[in-house]
Amino acid sequence: MDSPSSSPWKQPLQAGVIAGAVSVLLSLVGMVATFKDRFIISGVFSMGQVIFLAPILLMAYSLLRRTAPQSRQQVILSGLFTGLVGGVVLAALVVIGKNVDLQAMFVNSSPILHNILTFNQPLVPGLLILIAICMVMGVLASGIVLLPQRVATAIIQGVSWILLIGLMRDLIITVTSRWGPLAGLVRLFFANSGLKPLGAILLFALIAGLNYWRSGRPAPVVKPAQTKERPLIYYAKWIGLGVLLLLLPPILGIFFSDILDTVFMYILMGIGLNIVVGFAGLLDLGYVAFFAIGAYTMGVLTSPELNADPMTYWQALPFAMIACVVSGMILGLPVLKMRGDYLAIVTLGFGEIVRLLALSDWLRPWFGGSQGIQLIAQPTIGNFVLNTQQELYYLFLLGVGIVAFIAWRLRDSRMGRTWMALREDEDVAIAMGINHVATKLMAFATGALFSGIAGTIFAAKLQSVYPHSMNFLVSINVLSLIIIGGMGSIPGVFVGSLVLMGSPELLREFAEYRYLVYGALLVVMMLTRPEGLWPDARRRLELHEEELEKEAQELADAESAATETTK
Amino acid sequence: MSILVAKGVTKRFGGLDALSKIELDVKEKAIHSIIGPNGAGKTTFFNCVTGFYTPEEGTILVDGKNVTGLSPDRVTHLGVSRTYQNIRLFKNMTSVENILVGMHPHLKSGLIGSIIRDRRTREEEKASIEEAKRLLQFVGLRGKGDMMAMNLPYGAQRRLEIARALASRPKLLLLDEPTAGMNPSETQEMVHFIRRLRDEFEITILLIEHQMRVVMSISEKITVLDFGEKIAEGTPVEIQNDPHVIEAYLGRGAASGLGQAKTVA
Repeated sequence: MDSPSSSPWKQPLQAGVIAGAVSVLLSLVGMVATFKDRFIISGVFSMGQVIFLAPILLMAYSLLRRTAPQSRQQVILSGLFTGLVGGVVLAALVVIGKNVDLQAMFVNSSPILHNILTFNQPLVPGLLILIAICMVMGVLASGIVLLPQRVATAIIQGVSWILLIGLMRDLIITVTSRWGPLAGLVRLFFANSGLKPLGAILLFALIAGLNYWRSGRPAPVVKPAQTKERPLIYYAKWIGLGVLLLLLPPILGIFFSDILDTVFMYILMGIGLNIVVGFAGLLDLGYVAFFAIGAYTMGVLTSPELNADPMTYWQALPFAMIACVVSGMILGLPVLKMRGDYLAIVTLGFGEIVRLLALSDWLRPWFGGSQGIQLIAQPTIGNFVLNTQQELYYLFLLGVGIVAFIAWRLRDSRMGRTWMALREDEDVAIAMGINHVATKLMAFATGALFSGIAGTIFAAKLQSVYPHSMNFLVSINVLSLIIIGGMGSIPGVFVGSLVLMGSPELLREFAEYRYLVYGALLVVMMLTRPEGLWPDARRRLELHEEELEKEAQELADAESAATETTK
Repeated sequence: MSILVAKGVTKRFGGLDALSKIELDVKEKAIHSIIGPNGAGKTTFFNCVTGFYTPEEGTILVDGKNVTGLSPDRVTHLGVSRTYQNIRLFKNMTSVENILVGMHPHLKSGLIGSIIRDRRTREEEKASIEEAKRLLQFVGLRGKGDMMAMNLPYGAQRRLEIARALASRPKLLLLDEPTAGMNPSETQEMVHFIRRLRDEFEITILLIEHQMRVVMSISEKITVLDFGEKIAEGTPVEIQNDPHVIEAYLGRGAASGLGQAKTVA
């Protein structure tokens, strides 16, 4: 029954209901209440409010973007209506929650949640405020659509940065605390949680203004002369990045360095798994096994508990690396003929076998059973022991640097092409003369090696290993960060690790919802951006037709010259 | 000189003889076609030659060497290369990369060389990219080197597949229905292309083809299979007049009528 008069309301109604449902879900799982004290703008606007209002804004925005160009009035009205519907759904949650005891099933449907949703007002005015604010969200969405591109971008940028800066208050305060007078200036903007209202307005004006001004400038015209400078700029960028990475630990302090260690450890593993899954297309769900083998080899060889003559970290490292390569091949051999789902299941089993062996009483004399291994050696340089999070960061950085370089070189080589060909069509790749046994084993071994290196540093960092830190979720984390970052993309691993490993540590309240967010993020990514956040850019071999023609001409000239000289 | 000799090749799937006692002799630098109705065993024969299948009986010699039972990669190293009936390119790789994979048997750079990128590896890489570009130009895909294989139009994909097969510098090139799905003008182009291929690369071409116009105009020798058996062999003219062939294609009875009329010319 699609009468012409009702159709304009149908889509906003749908969008509103969906947005409302998402907000209700987020409220009921407790995210809204958890974040209620995490202010973006102190005393005005908290992360909890962002969580239940953002779905409405985003749904309204995506609806208005999707629908064909309408009159200004229509856009505003459908935005308003979407917000209204979303608000009513949320209000219904509060009304039902107040009258019926939902807590038996939804523990989070508490007065605390209701107070947040009604903005700490009595029920009826509170609900009206809620609905009104949701409608404002809808209008905001239509505003973004209606405003000129330049203004809209400036506003979006401003709001996103305010959100980010507000959330990262602790990080920013810590980092700037040692900057003397600047620290005082920075502190002026922040309250105990989030930004001060005035600071937020100032920052918004600054960022939005800057953005508006920048987008207004004409795009810089690339002059031929500039191309000569490009290698210099290119190297300067890399050197700058390198210096920044080296300076990070003293800037960030112990707590944030620890987070950085975790991020880099996952980058190390991610680059390894990216070779196996992203390059060679072998879905490995038991990747944690190699991490465990690296960590346990380090433990067994260097711990005085198990060893009369313990080695140092550097003495044990080659053995751990060999152990990982060998175990990578051992896993590789039986699964050579398996593809897709079957391979995933077998590797998953392999990961569990390794964990259970480490846990077993049978092997307790060697691996310490559930007690794990303590007193693992820490890496030393001369007499200097790397034992704080900040110092170990450099070890992770070194590892990531080497491993990323190797992965990058391998990708653009004969080896990398062989892996990709095997991923694309195994039969044809074999018919092209590729030895699939050697190639697959090489992928497994390289992946295992990288993961094992991460394991050794992990063991040295904690000075102990336990079987329970080798669980299946580690494999899933690494796989998720590859998918989020972009399959087969090396920078994607960095981005994925920062997003999936870094952000939950920074927003500690998130930790509880980590896997909920992962799941949602993976679904959203697959639907909207299946290539990942930073997809692999293919090498450009022939950018310009003219260049090619010139080359061909030169080639022909050279050939004719050669024939002339022979004559 | 024979480049490919098949002696009594038999391949069974369960109770079905997909190929039975096939005898074949392909002369060097010839264009030799295998024809036959659907299910005659043409592609099965290709799969036996390239090592995808191991025949139950018989031997296959390539350039005098026995390849029966060798794995596909070993056969490729001996100088056999092929294309597929349904195009099987590496879809998510660029054209140049597809060709570079084809060159695999001739490249030597190893793991360590790839990582440190020493002079030899760099030079080999540069030379192979140059060669890939030349091959692209030969098949008429100049400037398409950076395009993903999946984004190429159909005809270009066919030609890229041939370029990839040529990259391994084969002595014997097997083409499985190279004109499938092409319109008459594209088909005509492909016929010229195949001739040029043989003349410029001096290789032997064995092809499976359905379009009689193509087969008759291009082949120097034709082998006809039906239900896994070789029923005829000879020059295009001989095949056109062979009653067994006419029977296989048109059914019993048609042979006598057509044989007298000799309308096929």
